[in-house]
Amino acid sequence: MRNFLDFEQPIADLEGKIEELRHLVDDGEVNIADEVGKLQTKANKLLTSTYAKLSPWQKVQVARHQDRPHCIDYVNALIEDFTPLAGDRNFGEDHAIIGGMGRFRGQSCVVLGHEKGNDTESRVKRNFGMARPEGYRKAIRLMELAERFDLPVITFVDTPGAYPGVGAEERGQAEAIARSIEKCLQIKVPLISTIIGEGGSGGAIAIAAADTVMMLEHSVYSVISPEGCASILWRSADEAKTAAETLRLTAQDLKELKVIDTIVTEPVGGAHRDPAGAIQSVAQEIENHLKDHMALDGGTLRSKRREKFLAMGRP
Amino acid sequence: MNWLTNFVRPKIKALVGAKPDVPDNMWHKCPGCGQMLFHRDLEANLNVCTHCDHHLRLPVLKRLASLFDDAAYTRIELPKVPVDPLKFRDRKRYTDRLKEARNKTGEEDAIVVGHGKMSGVDTVIAAFNFEFMGGSMGTAVGEGIVVAAHLAVQQKAPLIVIPASGGARMQESILSLMQMPRTTVALQELSEAGLPYIVLLTDPTTGGVSASFAMLGDIHVAEPGCMIGFAGRRVIEQTVREVLPDGFQTAEYLHEHGMVDMVVSRLDLKQALGNLIHMIMVKKISGNVELITRESIEDHLDQSDEEGDLKVASGPVEQPIPDDPKPKPIKKDDD
Ligand SMILES: [Zn+2]
Repeated sequence: MRNFLDFEQPIADLEGKIEELRHLVDDGEVNIADEVGKLQTKANKLLTSTYAKLSPWQKVQVARHQDRPHCIDYVNALIEDFTPLAGDRNFGEDHAIIGGMGRFRGQSCVVLGHEKGNDTESRVKRNFGMARPEGYRKAIRLMELAERFDLPVITFVDTPGAYPGVGAEERGQAEAIARSIEKCLQIKVPLISTIIGEGGSGGAIAIAAADTVMMLEHSVYSVISPEGCASILWRSADEAKTAAETLRLTAQDLKELKVIDTIVTEPVGGAHRDPAGAIQSVAQEIENHLKDHMALDGGTLRSKRREKFLAMGRP
Repeated sequence: MNWLTNFVRPKIKALVGAKPDVPDNMWHKCPGCGQMLFHRDLEANLNVCTHCDHHLRLPVLKRLASLFDDAAYTRIELPKVPVDPLKFRDRKRYTDRLKEARNKTGEEDAIVVGHGKMSGVDTVIAAFNFEFMGGSMGTAVGEGIVVAAHLAVQQKAPLIVIPASGGARMQESILSLMQMPRTTVALQELSEAGLPYIVLLTDPTTGGVSASFAMLGDIHVAEPGCMIGFAGRRVIEQTVREVLPDGFQTAEYLHEHGMVDMVVSRLDLKQALGNLIHMIMVKKISGNVELITRESIEDHLDQSDEEGDLKVASGPVEQPIPDDPKPKPIKKDDD
């Protein structure tokens, strides 16, 4: 059973009809196969046209779609011999950030990413992808490990934001994020980040100050959630849609603003319609960029990375 | 709010764009103890309540004057950044909000960079202006930090940053988020040049500011009672649905949890920061210098109140480097 978003209702209706027809016995009066074919063409067209002009708010919904491939799906599909590594060696293990070593197309690497979970139990375990200081400190530890063993780092970003809780504040959420950003800009090994769903503010940039920052076509990335922005600037969370249109949070906006480097095209109808296809598109781009970065010496690579971020907003 | 603090002055100021250091009125009510404070007394005491030591906000230019030797410093003109690059409009246009803030404060944006001497050592300070859109960080503030860090590297000087900020400026959206890595790069250059970076945390330091350069100091000093944190109280309360602990996210709370080296009264900051900088930058002093001996410390402890040893442990306040920038035949090591 497919999960449809509100704005996909016309597509859902068509696909529903197709499904019904398929279950009818062909009584010879109407050619059911023909009819199904026609409807299918119509549904595909509608899907293509809908997804070609998604509004920013619709993209927010797609980016949060429950069937959208998550970090764990990328790791399972792309990383051979993935070996999870846990803990910040200080306080605990944060399941909101997955970390470990493995091989990406033959190349040993360190992998990091936010994981939101895909059912109630795993969502609770993963804290909906909202990391605490331990998560960022684990990320720092693994980036250091990557540098020591000269391994590239691949990160997948998908978080509503860093967790706003008492314990998180007590243990220095702000410092943990600040140090994680700093570590991204310090290591002399390639760092490639892909925003695969939601890039939520400081919690996202903490593992995304990278040589190449990529976004999936319908993912979003912003300084604050549309809901949060609406409640502060419009004084009403109901204005989230307006805030989404104003924030310039789509991949297309961010490419234009030179905040990201590459947009990865999604399968028609979004990554959730064809997770395997989306994952392979991302993998291809990672491979291309990784090859370029690995050809540079570490110092040059780091200087270029720093120069890129230093230029953001330069007069 | 007291009727006095709502006096007609702000309106006039908005019209003529007067300088911010004209007092709004003669009396201020202390938010700490409720006492009425005469503006001259308050000013003379750096906006610290003379009754309860509550630290009211200190205007940015007074802040700079309060820290540099002889209150003397050169202000650095900051390059102009593109105005409203995203054409942002919420209930108001961002350009209008900027105009209002500029009229209200007489400043271009929420940061001021100055350089001068502290304890005789060339020092660069970048200080936030909370009056300007809540000290929020957009590209202009990022630029201020970058310029300050570069200047410090050029002059081989220490850098002090004094945040007073609610966090990212939402009207600059993703560009404001990008100031987090951007300022971090600038500070890395400072750090790699072996120069000290001190953060003086003031009320408030939150959000994207606290989650980047404000927490990357070699040394973190905070003013008493100031609010420091990542997420806002309201957001946390809504998330965890429980009552927040007493003193949550105050300077003292962060000190207790290991995020802040020392909490220092505003009245002692000049000396405390000056001492730190002097100690780091002037590694050896020669000549007729009064040495701190164990006996002199113990003498001091005997005389001081019960909190005395704490004060000495957190250092700078009680140590014998005087206010005067060149009191003793202190020779700077070359470079
Ligand atoms: Zn008081």
